[in-house]
Amino acid sequence: MSYYTLDARNSLCPMPVIKTQNRVAELQPGDLLEVTCTDPGALNDIPAWCRINGHLVKETREDDSEVVIVVQVAP
Amino acid sequence: MSTQPKSEQKRAVALISGGLDSLLAAKVMLEQGIHVEGINFYTGFCVEGHTHAIRKKDKAKPKRNNALWSAEQLGIKLHIIDIIDEYKDVLINPKHGYGANMNPCLDCKIFMVSKAKQWMDENGFDFIITGEVMGQRPMSQRKDLLPVVVRESGADDRLVRPLCAKNLAATLPEREGWIDREKMKDFSGRNRKPQMALAKEYGFEDYATPAGGCCFLTDKSYSDKLVDLWQARNKKEYELDDIMLLKVGRHLRPEPHFKLIVSREDGENKFLQGYKKHFGYIEIKSHNGPLTLVDGELSDEDFKLASRIAARFSQGRDADMVTVKTTTREGEEKQFDIPPMPASEIKQEWYI
Repeated sequence: MSYYTLDARNSLCPMPVIKTQNRVAELQPGDLLEVTCTDPGALNDIPAWCRINGHLVKETREDDSEVVIVVQVAP
Repeated sequence: MSTQPKSEQKRAVALISGGLDSLLAAKVMLEQGIHVEGINFYTGFCVEGHTHAIRKKDKAKPKRNNALWSAEQLGIKLHIIDIIDEYKDVLINPKHGYGANMNPCLDCKIFMVSKAKQWMDENGFDFIITGEVMGQRPMSQRKDLLPVVVRESGADDRLVRPLCAKNLAATLPEREGWIDREKMKDFSGRNRKPQMALAKEYGFEDYATPAGGCCFLTDKSYSDKLVDLWQARNKKEYELDDIMLLKVGRHLRPEPHFKLIVSREDGENKFLQGYKKHFGYIEIKSHNGPLTLVDGELSDEDFKLASRIAARFSQGRDADMVTVKTTTREGEEKQFDIPPMPASEIKQEWYI
């Protein structure tokens, strides 16, 4: 299991979802991907994308300017 | 729901826009035991998504991507595909022309179905589903134009429109018995009641009902700004940032060689901050006021004119003088006091 990061700042949904989707496609089952976004809509959209594709959201956090979502790739 | 043996189960890719029709079309196929996966194309002009991130007034609304919501309701996978670059040729050179505004709806539909066909072939799927309803839309869903989409997309008789299939010739999946034509629908025209009744039957609530459709290009105000952009540059081209900025702020062109983008509220102010590296800009220093991006090459006199306009939209609009700071695209800064432009001097034709 490896830990990766993805910078999806300054892009508006659905681009953070598309970037997450494309990066996850390159990873192995169980890998973790930390996605950083500035569009607060990503807090809904990326977890929704994870739910329908079977991936797990391990953590979400946000402050005034950024949201971070940690995704674990489906087994 | 009927079922098919796993080994014989046919697989369909459904174009999911996030609206009700595509949701229902996919559901009709799922009810027949078809394995359905969704595909959603992002052109950059989709009303879905990003706009809620910009305006503060929209923040009270639920933030959701309706295509993802649809897929979740259906229990299917959704593949979101970035077609921003490929879409440029569709918009700039539409073979079938534009609709009432800059919407190349028929070319757009043909392109998206052709992309779905490509995806279908690459992923071993059997046919394509769309939520088209004969006669519902004046350009892309006219009875005489539905066959054009079939033909020019290359999908041929693997394109299934479950909501109006009974009004159309049988497709390959119907002829081969993969799906039961009798269980398809015969919707037509602009009346939405059949769709709403079917949604109720399936238990779908809170589905999206975008008043202006799913594309900014059907909007007159947005289209006017796009045409202005092309005229000012003397060429039909754009990047993603260009078309994002057309959705934000007041756009005024006081002179042919420059345009102002004046934020309307805090959310837009914050969004425009991200573009300060790429544009000249004006900030109001003595009062609360908008961030104004300037697009074009401005002389000192132009900056003064632009600053008076920007000051007009600040809290200092009634003050004798307002302090502004201008920054050129190259980073040269100047700060000075100017009188805000009276409302009567702001010409209506400056607004794009």
